[in-house]
Amino acid sequence: MKALAAAAVAFALLIALALLAPQWLVFMAMLALAKGVVVLGLVVLMRTGLVSFGQGLYFGIGAYAAALLSHQWHIADAAVMLLAAAAAGGLLAALLGLLLARYRDIFFAMLSLALSMILYGLLVKSAALGSTDGFNLHARTFFGIAFASGMERRVFLIAGSACAVVAALMVHRLLDGHWGRLASAVRDNELRVSYLGASPYRVVYFNYLIAGTLAGLGGALAALAVGHVDPETTYWTTSGEFVFIAILGGTQSIMAPFVAAAIFETLRTIASQYAPNVWQMSLGLAMLAIIMFQPAGLWSLAERWRRSA
Amino acid sequence: MNAVLTAEGLKKSFGAVTAAANISLAFDADTVVSLIGANGAGKTTFLNMVTGYLKPDSGRVVFDRRNIVGLSPRQITKLGVSRSFQVPQLFQTLNVRDNLLIAESIAGANDPQAATDAALARFALKPYAHQQAGLLPEGIRKLLDVAMALSSRSKLLLLDEPTSGVSADEKFAIMDVVMGAAREAGVTVIFVEHDMDIVGRFAGRVVAFYDGGIIADGTPDTVLRADSVRRYVIGDEVPHAAA
Ligand SMILES: Nc1ncnc2c1ncn2[C@@H]1O[C@H](COP(=O)(O)OP(=O)(O)OP(=O)(O)O)[C@@H](O)[C@H]1O
Ligand SMILES: [Mg+2]
Repeated sequence: MKALAAAAVAFALLIALALLAPQWLVFMAMLALAKGVVVLGLVVLMRTGLVSFGQGLYFGIGAYAAALLSHQWHIADAAVMLLAAAAAGGLLAALLGLLLARYRDIFFAMLSLALSMILYGLLVKSAALGSTDGFNLHARTFFGIAFASGMERRVFLIAGSACAVVAALMVHRLLDGHWGRLASAVRDNELRVSYLGASPYRVVYFNYLIAGTLAGLGGALAALAVGHVDPETTYWTTSGEFVFIAILGGTQSIMAPFVAAAIFETLRTIASQYAPNVWQMSLGLAMLAIIMFQPAGLWSLAERWRRSA
Repeated sequence: MNAVLTAEGLKKSFGAVTAAANISLAFDADTVVSLIGANGAGKTTFLNMVTGYLKPDSGRVVFDRRNIVGLSPRQITKLGVSRSFQVPQLFQTLNVRDNLLIAESIAGANDPQAATDAALARFALKPYAHQQAGLLPEGIRKLLDVAMALSSRSKLLLLDEPTSGVSADEKFAIMDVVMGAAREAGVTVIFVEHDMDIVGRFAGRVVAFYDGGIIADGTPDTVLRADSVRRYVIGDEVPHAAA
């Protein structure tokens, strides 16, 4: 109930933002939301004790799936794009997960990174997809309803908010019950999980599937916001950003990925305005500070503040 | 015959070490059996082969009239064989209640919450329910490990040194709780034990291991008095390392 109320409030605020805020802020919120959805998936995976350094793979697949619909098949419906992107991410994760779910720790992290770099290599090489330049996409309708020009991003933000809120609620339901405990159990002791009669492989596999699906969805949201896709979406620095945001927010709460993504985008916007050359360095310093002083993420600050209030 | 489990000609070597040298044993459904033997005699290896953690080099393990060699620990658990470990295998970062709740949920209890409360009461774990498993005293960790093993409503419960690492005056209390719960669940118990007082008190049959083979098998009275056992098992009072 509490989660439902929080979701409703967040959704209302996002709609207000979409309708009233200046374009640049709508754009920024859209990007933060896109990344928040990806990180939400990463947090699900992290419950099993695994970190993927290759979520850019699914982010890129989602972005390109949406863009290809518009570019190759002239389908310009944002809702179709979002669904197709999530499906594409999920399908690919269902396939690659068969392999990845066997690996743990650094092997899992590195293998996921390697797979994302393979896609990057393929995209850079493929002239039909614009190589390093990528290509543009256009969405003109949402569930078949056309919207006035200039309103696109505002509509996308509302659509994206709806997706994010639904995804967050579903993840919350999932992690709050048996599945969430089972994921923690796999993180703590796979031997015991097997000797209780459950399959650690299956738990990892499904959580990887969820993470891939959400990253695909996030990729399409980002592509809609930017109106353009390029191989950078699958590059390892993009994947690193997701891990960064996950650590920044912590894995305690379903809200944390979104709050952390918003902070991240704000910082980046400010930095690129006033100090474009030290952005990477400030990122590094921020990470250092988090790991040293707030290893459970910024969300734990909010928790503490709430408890003392 | 009323055998729940039969091992036939199990062999296993690790390099030059023979951990199981042609072991054949049949376990009766209503007898509590204790496996004894010095450190490295092959007791844990036997449990590991029965539960699918190790594959024997040759031989068969028959449970429920079915050869279970080659099945995984998960599959064997689902068939009805559960176990506890020499070093308790817990979910360290979770509390005692969640440990049991996970076990009951996996086992498919109709009402996992109620089953967890019942297990907490049965194993006298209520006072620890909200403590983190990784921080518990050893005796409580042992109890929790057994409680989790028993959640799967198995037919056969294998306990690897349920009282090791526990102070002498706690051992009997722990065994009383464990054996009481096992009887209530109607499960056949095989337990590995180093303390001969515990063996004498709780076992109906004793099997003595030595160097991967069996040197004595029978009632506690006969086995614990046999010369070979006194020499190779009981004479050896070296405190065992956790393995
Ligand atoms: N996985 C393994 N790899 C190599 N050697 C092993 C392995 N498991 C057991 N052994 C060896 O096999 C022999 C039997 O070991 P096992 O653990 O079965 O003894 P045990 O009777 O349980 O002893 P303890 O009372 O110390 O627990 C020992 O020499 C041990 O070192
Ligand atoms: Mg042993």
